[in-house]
Amino acid sequence: MEYVFWGSIIELAFFGLIFGIGLALAAKKFAVEVDPRVEKVLEILPNANCGACGYPGCSGFAKAVVAGEVPVTGCPVGGQSVAEKIAAILGVEVGEVEPMVAVAACSGGVRAKDKYEYDGIEDCRAAMVMGGGPKLCSYGCIGLGTCVEACPFDALSMGPLGVPVTDFDKCTGCGICVDVCPTGVMKLVPKSQPVFVACNSKDPGVFVRKACETGCISCFLCQKNCPKQAIKVVNNLAEIDYDKCDACGICIMVCPTKVILNKFPDVMKANKGLPAAVPTNPDETKALLDEIKKKQAEAKKAPKKPSEKKGDN
Amino acid sequence: MEVSKLIMLAISAIFINNFVLSRFLGLCPYMGVSKKTETALGMGFAVIFVMTMSSALTWIVWTYFLLPTKSNVLYLVFKALGAKVTPQNFDLSYLETIAFIIVIATFVQLVEMIIQKTSPTLYEALGIYLPLITTNCAVLGVAELNTMTMHLNFIESVVHGFSAGIGFTIALLLMSGIRERLELSDIPKPLQGLPIAFFVAMLMSMAFLGFSGFKI
Repeated sequence: MEYVFWGSIIELAFFGLIFGIGLALAAKKFAVEVDPRVEKVLEILPNANCGACGYPGCSGFAKAVVAGEVPVTGCPVGGQSVAEKIAAILGVEVGEVEPMVAVAACSGGVRAKDKYEYDGIEDCRAAMVMGGGPKLCSYGCIGLGTCVEACPFDALSMGPLGVPVTDFDKCTGCGICVDVCPTGVMKLVPKSQPVFVACNSKDPGVFVRKACETGCISCFLCQKNCPKQAIKVVNNLAEIDYDKCDACGICIMVCPTKVILNKFPDVMKANKGLPAAVPTNPDETKALLDEIKKKQAEAKKAPKKPSEKKGDN
Repeated sequence: MEVSKLIMLAISAIFINNFVLSRFLGLCPYMGVSKKTETALGMGFAVIFVMTMSSALTWIVWTYFLLPTKSNVLYLVFKALGAKVTPQNFDLSYLETIAFIIVIATFVQLVEMIIQKTSPTLYEALGIYLPLITTNCAVLGVAELNTMTMHLNFIESVVHGFSAGIGFTIALLLMSGIRERLELSDIPKPLQGLPIAFFVAMLMSMAFLGFSGFKI
């Protein structure tokens, strides 16, 4: 009897049987339930795996949204249509999604002065490591194009002024450029709103004048003239509250350094594809501004009411 | 069991005969998972675990099921059934490859199932790499070296397997550190990605040649 021959058959059959049965039993005992809704959600997602939702890829987001960890509007690339489809699968209500786009909040670029001449890795993050970047303004755009490289939708390109320009048709508001920008110049603003502040400098006005040809000098003119109190100067930088802003364009007209810009398509078309310091309806804005200036002049001339004087009975 | 032999085994597996850089085993996960340090670390831990456990299991299978010795289970079974057999009749050492693969694959499947059920965080950290190293040649290689080539005993096998995993992890971490920095460099288009990684592996391998010939 050939024990080696039969022995091998017996032994391997034994192993195969025992291990096979063992694994089958273990699979039953240690089974992890996969929700079939995860598969359905995964199908309707854009499947760009960009990671903008904060989860590892679209499958990570699908699992999280079925588990209820993230609202159905959590995919910025899919936008409203995907949010509604996910809500239909999960049987929940969906709110409104405001589409956001990325803009470079900097008017410096070539107009901003350099601290030193940088010669190294062509990456803004690498340049920042060397003494806070080659620009005198430490909040300004370094212009080496890390955001342009990082954009998965090819929506950014380096503009003629050394500051990135967004193609608002391609931009999905995923926010990856915001994450990679080391100075915080790249910001997300609502797509439907034309006005944005093209400056990121929290330095006082005196320093901004030294560091850059333009830039927010915290003169407060925008804040004083805004009829809706939508723009305020916080930390030496003008900030727009988009819930209040109605795009009248007054702040664009009164800004002395022309750092508040308009990103609507017809304005950009007239300005070689770049945002411009021009209100959407210049005549209306002028009329509004004249009205406000009249009111301010009257308020100065009017005598003080008796109740405003101190110590007056 | 001498401690000095164990230490010698460890140093040999980690530096002198590094499984990736000297023996060129396990290159697939080495190239595939070394792009980021976090994933590389998870992969390294998974490899250490699998190599250690599979060293133990395959040693048991080798000694008691395959080798023609007095303790061969098949020999004992047939003897109990009354057949006139000697241990030499059961020289099944040629089944080494297939038997080891069966054992290792089953074990890794089982561990993956258990980890997925009992600890989702651990599963996220290293569980997803376990299917990648189920039949990795490095894992099979360490099992084969322990038993057929170096004829180690149980403790020595386990220590050797553990050290092989450590050596693999060190090589993997070094590679991932280099590759993360390569991301920012200006590399010619034909060499971007995997080709330049192989160049780096070549240079690392040449560097580790400096360890060869050590007599401990």
